[in-house]
Amino acid sequence: MTPSDYEYLRKFLKERSGLDLSADKQYLVESRLLPLARKSSLPGISELVEKMKGGASALTAEVVEAMTTNETFFFRDKIPFDHMRETVIPALVQARAARRSLRIWCAASSTGQEPYSIAMCLKEAGHLLSGWRTEIVATDLSQAVLEKSKAGIFSQFEVQRGLPIQLLVKYFTQNGELWQISPELRGMVQHRQLNLLQDFSHLGVFDVIFCRNVLIYFDQNTKTNIFERLSRMLEPDGVLALGAAESVVGITNTFKPYPDRRGLYRPNIAPVIRVGASTLVPQTLRAVAAAR
Amino acid sequence: MKTCLVVDDSSVIRKVARRILEGLDFQIVEAEDGEKALEACKRAMPEAVLLDWNMPVMDGYEFLGNLRRMPGGDAPKVVFCTTENDVAHIARALHAGANEYIMKPFDKDIVTAKFQEVGLL
Repeated sequence: MTPSDYEYLRKFLKERSGLDLSADKQYLVESRLLPLARKSSLPGISELVEKMKGGASALTAEVVEAMTTNETFFFRDKIPFDHMRETVIPALVQARAARRSLRIWCAASSTGQEPYSIAMCLKEAGHLLSGWRTEIVATDLSQAVLEKSKAGIFSQFEVQRGLPIQLLVKYFTQNGELWQISPELRGMVQHRQLNLLQDFSHLGVFDVIFCRNVLIYFDQNTKTNIFERLSRMLEPDGVLALGAAESVVGITNTFKPYPDRRGLYRPNIAPVIRVGASTLVPQTLRAVAAAR
Repeated sequence: MKTCLVVDDSSVIRKVARRILEGLDFQIVEAEDGEKALEACKRAMPEAVLLDWNMPVMDGYEFLGNLRRMPGGDAPKVVFCTTENDVAHIARALHAGANEYIMKPFDKDIVTAKFQEVGLL
């Protein structure tokens, strides 16, 4: 791969998926794209780039997918899901008693472990949500991972990473070394392809948004932009869950941490927008008003 | 430092488990069958037991029943680690008092996840 090939791929991936590759990530690109080049009967990455420049749209989509990191597992980091069970769901049940519905969005749902972990949290809440309409919207850039998520079939290795054995027995059916999550839980999750760089306001307003371990791949401005758009999608008393290594600090004032709930954030009701951003209007208030 | 009793008739499995668990700061005691494991528990009750199912002399299921009836035997977190990978065996193990269940083959990620799940890490 020549330096100009790498620069082309960096720019392409930044525009298409937001992936922010530093100058020293050639090894990552090579390890992910060489198998794709060979699968496409091309001798190397330079030839792959030439074909992309020629407008091979199916191939460019495959390049984006190949560069996507889909690492995930059930109840990842445990704490956000403990909070869901112990505090978030009970609080929302009280706050939404009149409308008796909950909307939850997994903004980078990968192969399904996260939305199905949330579905299990909801099921385990049992009588609290009896008769409620609960909606989990799972979105991802990659159609391939969404298809796997829809099928709800996981390997023996996957079901042993984070999933308590009691829940495996309760919600999964075994077929040899594969385990499929129950039709009831599959029915709780709606799958949609979505690029977070593009407008997502059509999804509507949510009570909880999980946007975990995806923004780490984006540059600062992209993160700020996405956080500000996410804040318009969340109820004023809603909850945003980020990954264990992620934070809003220094990136946006549209969210603030929930005290004593690590990894969870709420809309900042009257945020002071970062100096240098396009507006000083309190974004969350404006967005909530606009959405209604 | 917490102690984990590794019970498996395969010395290779015991060695692999020892390496993983020592990396997680456990002190390891080994036993090659359920009977020897019970003797080890009588000498000193461990905090954790990583337990195979099929072993000569006394299998893991029988050991678990005996352990839970011993004074102080309800304390250790017991994680089965076995090739018996079907729902019926898992259900039996849970009913007998197992806290978690690892389906072989296993690796460090799986052992870590399961030990975290039962509060050992």
